[in-house]
Amino acid sequence: MSETPTAIQVVDLVRDYPRPRTSLLRPAPVVHALRGVSLEVKQGERFGIVGESGCGKSTLLRIIAALDRATSGQVIVEGTDITRLPERRLRFLRENLQLVFQDPMSSLDPRMRVRDIIAEPLVVQGHPASGQRVRELLEEVGLSADAGDRYPHQFSGGQRQRISIARALAPRPRILIADEPVSALDVSVRAQVLNLISDLVDELDLTLVFVSHDLSVVKHVCDRVAVMNAGQIVETGYTADVYAAPQHPYTQRLVSAIPTLHRALAGATTSDLLAKGEPA
Amino acid sequence: MSDVLTVRGLSVAVRDKALVSDVDLTVGAGERVGLIGESGSGKSLTALSIIGLLPEDVRADGSVRVDGVGHELVGADERRMSRVRGRDIAMVFQEPMTALNPTMRIGDQLAEAMLIHSTKSKRSALAGAVELLELVQLPAETIRAYPHQLSGGQRQRVVLALALANDPSLLICDEPTTALDVTVQALVLDLIVRGVLERASALLFITHDLAVVATVCERVLVMYGGRVVESGPVGEIFTRPRHRYTEGLLAASDLETADRRLTTIPGTVPPAGQFPSGCVFRNRCRHATDICAQTPEWTGSETRGFACHHPAGVADV
Repeated sequence: MSETPTAIQVVDLVRDYPRPRTSLLRPAPVVHALRGVSLEVKQGERFGIVGESGCGKSTLLRIIAALDRATSGQVIVEGTDITRLPERRLRFLRENLQLVFQDPMSSLDPRMRVRDIIAEPLVVQGHPASGQRVRELLEEVGLSADAGDRYPHQFSGGQRQRISIARALAPRPRILIADEPVSALDVSVRAQVLNLISDLVDELDLTLVFVSHDLSVVKHVCDRVAVMNAGQIVETGYTADVYAAPQHPYTQRLVSAIPTLHRALAGATTSDLLAKGEPA
Repeated sequence: MSDVLTVRGLSVAVRDKALVSDVDLTVGAGERVGLIGESGSGKSLTALSIIGLLPEDVRADGSVRVDGVGHELVGADERRMSRVRGRDIAMVFQEPMTALNPTMRIGDQLAEAMLIHSTKSKRSALAGAVELLELVQLPAETIRAYPHQLSGGQRQRVVLALALANDPSLLICDEPTTALDVTVQALVLDLIVRGVLERASALLFITHDLAVVATVCERVLVMYGGRVVESGPVGEIFTRPRHRYTEGLLAASDLETADRRLTTIPGTVPPAGQFPSGCVFRNRCRHATDICAQTPEWTGSETRGFACHHPAGVADV
């Protein structure tokens, strides 16, 4: 493992958001969104980040993608510290690291045709956006070539998520970050999109950072997982281990709260979802 | 066991588009029944027609009877329905923010639910509100709070308390935990189950999450394209599905598989009113043949049956 180069390294990352002042006499209250997060993602790895709403996982992603600035700490992407770089020197990051968001409706411009949406990352980076490349991308994500002439609202949720993935792949990134990519999808479509992401990561040799609140989805997709709670990583490990034998009390509570078919058919009831020792 | 809810031949349509066709459904006292299906399968419309909250241009046909209500609910006028709603039938919606009045304190909203149906006097209503909050494990101070001061999980617990205020004989929950975190979901589900068990109320639980329905319910109905395609006890449906759609849904949601690739159902759910004639699932079904152009007959009884020309598991039955 030691020969595998590191794709993303996060060192002691802190992000504080000042809130609006509520009093003239007291200083503005501060929200500690991230309190010293460190992690390392190897090249070609499928890395999952799990946590509930408000745990800081989206803030972490935004800082890794240089869409937000850290208060302190470092983010090193492929050997370059991006935390203090000005926007004009982040070009390498914008090409090598791409994002897929949760809500495919709000992350696609409703007034652009699909082919322009997919070509946009190329145009922005000053590459010639050929129709050939767009057709290639549409085919890769399993959409027909004539999909390029239509608008996002003409597609279903699953198809829109395919468009988002095609756009992310356009500049041939090496790192793909997916923020809750299947949370808004129906079960039968979720399976299709998860398969697509899995296939593309294999084919294109991508490093995948997969963020979700759903530990069972992360368990299926990722090799390693970090569990976040209240701005900190409470546990990191191989997904199968974390799922089978969670060490931290928070992870234990999280794992036991997930309803599964197997447990339910074995007779588990809703009270079994509540971890023991909690105030009932 | 007496049946609390009896639905016969329920159909819902908007203009000439059929959205729900021919749904039969019974829920007994103290029974927990799940209604599962993907978006656009008609499960929410079924619930809304039971409680009489369909949008104006949407029309329901068929029969809906609830134990203790002397009249037919389909087509009943608003004056009669408003007496039933919140007393005999209560509903918990997916969005706890839109279900609460943002300008009223929680205590007043809870008291209102009891005062409107005169199940409590003005004096005892506020005490009743505190009791209800205790039931859903919220501190008594919550009575003074406004909805925006509460988190999503706390709000959903208030909505549940509201629904249980008048001990309804039927509680309908429409995706009550979809917007919540898993640890909060666990608590809300437990409160729902305990709430209906204590009152021996009937529960109709709507969700797209198979694992949730398996944990909460005893019996389940699978809906697709506005029709009930299969029904039966949870243990049977989830281990030996007969309808090809149920089979596909189960395989697609099985994340425990050691295989990197998940089994999928080809295609996507068609938009409302554009389902194929005959068997609604035939354009996505791997087993479909010419005979599927005819609407499949219901095989089996109402409590365990399916509507499929090429059922799964024939060989081993």
